[in-house]
Amino acid sequence: MLSLAAVSAGYASFRALFDVSIEVPRGEAVGVIGPNGAGKTTLLRVISGLVPPTSGTMTFEGRAVGGLPAHRMVEQGIAHVPENRRLFPRLTVEDNLRIGAFIPQARARFAQELARVYDLFPRLKDRREQLAGTLSGGEQQMCAIGRALMSGPKLLLMDEPSAGLAPLVVEQVFELVHRIREQGLTVLIVEQNVPQVLDVVDRAYLLEVGSIKLAGTAAELKGNDFIRQSYMGL
Amino acid sequence: MDIYLLEAIINGVLLGGVLALLALGLNLIFGVIDVVWIAYADLVMCGMYVIYWLYAELGWPLPLACAVAIIGVAGLGVLVHLLLIQPILNSAPINQLLVTGGLLFFLQSFATLLFGTEFRNIGVRLPIIEIGDIFISYARLLAFAVALIGAVALYFFLRRTFIGTAIRAIAQDRDIVGLMGVDQRRIYLVTSAIGGALAGLAACLLSLQYDVHPFIGNTFGPLIFMICVLGGLGNMIGGFIAAFVISQIIAIGGYYTNTELSYVLAFTLFIVLMFVRPRGIFAR
Amino acid sequence: MSPRPIALAAALAILACLPLLAPPYFMHLLIQILLWGFVYTAWSIMGRFGFVSLGHGAFMGVGAYVPALLWNYYAVTPWIGIPLGVALSVLLALVIGYPCFRLRVVGHYFALVTLALSQVVMLSIIAARDITGGSLGMTQNAAGHSWYALQFPDKRYFYVISLALWLGGLAIWRLIDRGIGREALDAISEDEEAAAAIGINVMREKLRVTVISAALTALGGAIFGQYLMYLNPETVSGIEVSLKIVFAAIVGGMYALLGPTVGGLLTISLIEGLRVAFGTHFIGAANTIYGVLLILCIIFMPRGILGVLERMKLRRMREKAVAAE
Repeated sequence: MLSLAAVSAGYASFRALFDVSIEVPRGEAVGVIGPNGAGKTTLLRVISGLVPPTSGTMTFEGRAVGGLPAHRMVEQGIAHVPENRRLFPRLTVEDNLRIGAFIPQARARFAQELARVYDLFPRLKDRREQLAGTLSGGEQQMCAIGRALMSGPKLLLMDEPSAGLAPLVVEQVFELVHRIREQGLTVLIVEQNVPQVLDVVDRAYLLEVGSIKLAGTAAELKGNDFIRQSYMGL
Repeated sequence: MDIYLLEAIINGVLLGGVLALLALGLNLIFGVIDVVWIAYADLVMCGMYVIYWLYAELGWPLPLACAVAIIGVAGLGVLVHLLLIQPILNSAPINQLLVTGGLLFFLQSFATLLFGTEFRNIGVRLPIIEIGDIFISYARLLAFAVALIGAVALYFFLRRTFIGTAIRAIAQDRDIVGLMGVDQRRIYLVTSAIGGALAGLAACLLSLQYDVHPFIGNTFGPLIFMICVLGGLGNMIGGFIAAFVISQIIAIGGYYTNTELSYVLAFTLFIVLMFVRPRGIFAR
Repeated sequence: MSPRPIALAAALAILACLPLLAPPYFMHLLIQILLWGFVYTAWSIMGRFGFVSLGHGAFMGVGAYVPALLWNYYAVTPWIGIPLGVALSVLLALVIGYPCFRLRVVGHYFALVTLALSQVVMLSIIAARDITGGSLGMTQNAAGHSWYALQFPDKRYFYVISLALWLGGLAIWRLIDRGIGREALDAISEDEEAAAAIGINVMREKLRVTVISAALTALGGAIFGQYLMYLNPETVSGIEVSLKIVFAAIVGGMYALLGPTVGGLLTISLIEGLRVAFGTHFIGAANTIYGVLLILCIIFMPRGILGVLERMKLRRMREKAVAAE
């Protein structure tokens, strides 16, 4: 569904990604793991259009999408749940969800999508008039995921969904990922919490210092000694 | 209470309406785009000249002239953003401030070139209403009512529509809105248009009460700035309330002394309040 | 570096000889350029560090009106009146600066507060019309040629005074540029909190440049008033004057020593040229073109003309270095 071939990207002062190639097959869940500063967030930002690639190609459902700005990518069917949630703190929960449905296709289906999201996240429905900045960490994560779902995406990008959350809440979040997949979404997750994410995804990539060091199925990576020692503390 | 003082207070409230409208416009633009249009009051001046030209010179019906003024200044707002602000969005904030300062200069001179420096009145005489012993100008009352309606309309637009929500969102986190499919550039243009439209509306309301001349912007421009800083730059509700506070000070000050001195009084109180609450009374 | 002192000496020699050769109109322009150049330089002492004041018209107005009023009503010599005017301006600067700086009113807030300040000073002058003549302006009581009254019908005297003032302003600019305080100010303008964290007394440094800038501006206003023998609130205070000051400094390039002066030279010549071209026709045309040029300048030359020249010089130096390899 999504494929990156030899993509490089960076910021004004430094390069973050070097010739990265990944494949995300339709209907699957793919993980990207790696240490801090590896470029995982940059990778997602390149896919969602916030950062333009400096070289390489990117195709989504057969169409070349490299270099499209973020608001165009949403129309293509890619939604990005950003690192640290980045909710609009002084908008209500419902307003945050509303803004997720900004693109015309989603606006037309606003009522249905809203109902679906509230179905997935009943706690959000209870708090629909509450200011997003006052929600708990777990609720904010749900709101951020819900906001991304409002655009009716085919591919969902999640940047460290477990960051800053209590273990119990983290479990709930990953449980959610399962349910989202059941609804037919393809998911690409960037995570530092390696054990949990390898349990959820079908395949994964190891990104270190801007390059892909390892790739394989989740089972393969779980059994890999290097991964077990460096990232799973075993 | 002295009847004239009461009259002054009421007039203060009525004046506050239009000032509040302008404060909303300026705060909207600042909150979203992070620029202060120093020439904002001069956009109002342009609107007033449009109305003068269409109604008093060409004889168009007044409502039509007003509608054209509102749309015209809205368009002017878009032009300001496209031609002046967008090219330098990424340079030092001071440049954005200064370029609108240059615009102020340009608009005032251009108006002088086109219309000369004489004061021009559109010649609309609206009745004076008498309530008890108090005289209230109908024009002023109408201006207040329309300004309030405009403010309410803006409120609902921002709260209930998709674009309005996007505008509020951008003001809180402009980098991430792209992820929701919001085109930052388009929102900036829409915001500039709305800011311009509010200025155009204020022009209609002020035309009923005051003469227009090229430098009329200098009379209430600094007032609007004081109001916005007092209410907290970017804080729409704060600016709205501050408008009435300042207009009351001017009205009551004007009652006890003269107009210019009341401005000085307002400014002095403004400075004192800055000592107390530098980010504005209502700043977050 | 060697051609520099020679060029400097030559320039000074020419400037010194000018009064003997130039016609009165030319002298008049020169005096304006020197005085305004002095004021613009005074502004840029603050402006170059990011403390952008849009209210210097206030200081200029106070500096001009105080000695004039004291002379007209109490026959107080400007030798006392001018320092009083400067002191009052300094007081004003402190009254505005202290709360602003103490409570971190910076950037847009500061610009708007100072803008309102200049307007209020102008309004105060107009409001006190019984004393000041309001919008019609006022004239100082004439005393002919008098050192006591600091009035000289012969333009050459004011030429020398303006020249001295201008050179003095440049010297002070240089002092601040090369002095120890410079790095502290740079640090403050880059990151105030970090500067405070390493022990810089932010408040004192900011107040110091503000006071210097305000005092010099007031002085410039005072001499301007003495030269013209006519004061008008719109010409020496208010929004337009304040903006004019900022524009000229920026157009010339406020990070360079001669930048503000160049800005003054350009803008004054331009306005005069346009006024001569249009005459009494098309009132406002001159300023309109000036406004357009200003906007274009800010968009395309944010570091001013000298900034552009600086960049061209750097590029040429770099090209030469590359070619030499």
